[in-house]
Amino acid sequence: MTTTSVEATGRASDGGAAGGKPAAPGRDARRRRALPGSASRWTAIGFAAPLLAYLAVFYAYPLWRNIELSVHDYTVRAFVQGNPAFAGFEKYTEVFASDSFPTALLNTALFTLVSIAFQYAIGLALAVFFHANFRLSGVLRALFLVPWLLPLIVSSSTWAWMLNSDNGIINSVIESFGGTQINWLTSPDTALIAVITANIWLGIPFNLVILYAGLQQIPDEIYEAASLDGVTARQRFWRITFPLLRPVSAITLLLGFVYTLKVVDVIWIMTTGGPGDSSLTLAVWSYREAFGTGQPDFSPAAAIGNLLIVIALVFGFVHLRMQRGWEKS
Amino acid sequence: MKHNRPLARSAAAGLAVVALAAAAACSSGGGDGGGDADTYTWWDPYPQHDENSEWTARVEACGEEAGVTIERTAFDTTALTNQALLAAQEGTSPDIILLDNPAVSTLADTGMLTTVDELGLDVTGVDENLLAAGVVDDKTYGIPVGANTLAIYYNADVLAAAGVDPASITDWDSLTAALAQVTGNGDKGITFAAIGTEEGSFQFLPWFWGAGADLRDLDSPEAQAALELWTGWLESGYAPNSVLTNSQNTTWEEFLTGEFGFAVNGTWQVNSAAEAGFETGVIQIPAQSGGVAPAPTGGEFIIAPVQSDTGRYDVTRQIVECMTTPEGFVETAMTFAYYIPPTAEGQEALLEAKPELEPWVAAVQEAKGRTSDNLGTDYPKISEALWTAVQNALSGAATPAEALQQAQSDAEAAIG
Repeated sequence: MTTTSVEATGRASDGGAAGGKPAAPGRDARRRRALPGSASRWTAIGFAAPLLAYLAVFYAYPLWRNIELSVHDYTVRAFVQGNPAFAGFEKYTEVFASDSFPTALLNTALFTLVSIAFQYAIGLALAVFFHANFRLSGVLRALFLVPWLLPLIVSSSTWAWMLNSDNGIINSVIESFGGTQINWLTSPDTALIAVITANIWLGIPFNLVILYAGLQQIPDEIYEAASLDGVTARQRFWRITFPLLRPVSAITLLLGFVYTLKVVDVIWIMTTGGPGDSSLTLAVWSYREAFGTGQPDFSPAAAIGNLLIVIALVFGFVHLRMQRGWEKS
Repeated sequence: MKHNRPLARSAAAGLAVVALAAAAACSSGGGDGGGDADTYTWWDPYPQHDENSEWTARVEACGEEAGVTIERTAFDTTALTNQALLAAQEGTSPDIILLDNPAVSTLADTGMLTTVDELGLDVTGVDENLLAAGVVDDKTYGIPVGANTLAIYYNADVLAAAGVDPASITDWDSLTAALAQVTGNGDKGITFAAIGTEEGSFQFLPWFWGAGADLRDLDSPEAQAALELWTGWLESGYAPNSVLTNSQNTTWEEFLTGEFGFAVNGTWQVNSAAEAGFETGVIQIPAQSGGVAPAPTGGEFIIAPVQSDTGRYDVTRQIVECMTTPEGFVETAMTFAYYIPPTAEGQEALLEAKPELEPWVAAVQEAKGRTSDNLGTDYPKISEALWTAVQNALSGAATPAEALQQAQSDAEAAIG
């Protein structure tokens, strides 16, 4: 930093000149044209390099590796010896033809859509509620963040324990009101409902925080003007809050969608996708193929993983498209 | 300084890249555990034993005897297999792994394990039924460090109250009759683990084999009889519905509440049973029409992955030998709350110290390896189909017959 290059001084004086004299722009433009080939290009590359290296190591390589895994037949032996046979789309065909596929696809759709619908609705209701800024609202809002702060193993195990067929607190409440025992996690009819319920509870804080931040962006003047016009509370929400929150809502739903699509831990800890396949989602299926049994099957697991990436991408593009539409209108 | 010097900037950025690359290189170099000549790496599936435990002290003592330091890392059982595979792929395998016996043939199949002949180990004294899990194509890939198996623990107080004599339980019918008597008396019947993992298959196998079923033929009438026994217990309320999500540990916790008459569990609970707040006893799992059902063997093998530096094998052999002498087996057995030694000599030595373990020694001698019958690497695939069938049948998603038919076709598809 002690040496001063000619370039730098030249440029520094340039900056001053540009501000002071009207004749300067021409000279400035000439110099800017001269720079790219030399130092400034290297500077740009130098600065971009760490980021590019990071992207290559942590994004491009895993993605490439995942695709590579899915188009080869990686048996355990081939995995260790590094000589898998090329399988093309065979593993994908196997996945699509599997009996588990329709179940997993339907469960994934139900799990994702029902989860985010409830998470968003409850999150929005709470955000509007806390926006009123009453006494202790800060403390209460902080309490609502607890599900987010708890390690997933803790919250999922607690849910599994509460929903236990014979000793769970939820069944004991139901039975004390004269109901019959519901086998939440062990019946094929209720296992998916049970994991969705737990996942909704886990996702509310995320929706609450983002939507609450979105609400604070809406100028108070609009509400003031509306109240002068005598709107009802219902109109206030549907005519002002909800439409103005639309961009924030869209991004919340998109992020929620992507997060929920890839949930493994909650379901794995509570039901391992069972009983049978009744709470199996694509993400859990992928995990089960790769790590859930004594015999790792990396290729179909990678194929399912890639399928999930494609689904998430499609919805990402839908989001971009919708956003462009709003910007135009 | 709003306008900085471009050259200095690019130099700084370039330096950062070099530093990053260097850091990455360092960390990948550090991952190679087998590099140091005086440090031998050891992986085992006992995270419950920390670095201050008796077990760690014992492992380290074996290293000192061989003149080296042992660096021990503990993993969860399922994670250990995956870690071992990843390490083998990277060429960074540890010197020694203690691995759950049904996984041995899977690792052996990849060519990542040395045979006992290559290492110069003697396995002639080891019980054949226990060694079988480590034998693939007539080559032996490790030595069991101890074995355990399943039996039925009973709560003597509950049985006495219901008027059940444990000695009268000799086949499935008498067991079911005992369960009816116990539940009729207001207590709970039996608890076991039917969770959708390997543990679920492990617990189902004594009944499966006890009916005379074969793992190559999952939808046989015998297999169906075994599964119907379990579903029948659930339907009659002799077993709780939570067995579907119970691991063996959860099962044991349930039994320790004192509300259950019976629990299927393993040798490893002997200590805990002795300390329970009620009197406990053990009976062998009965076969369908009388006699003792073959229970699956549990327990770890000590295996040595292939190293690029074959000069390390000599010390590795010394460490393995230290763990597998008769005294070594007995010491392991004691440290692990009753791990039955796999050799006749070791079993005698253990019975001298602990004569009350006699029924467990007998059970282990009768036990059957899960990968035996030349199933080898097919076992994990069959097992997955089997535990899924158990889950489907017990949850009511399918009848036992349907569930097993599905399992058989899934297993056939998986084996290919």
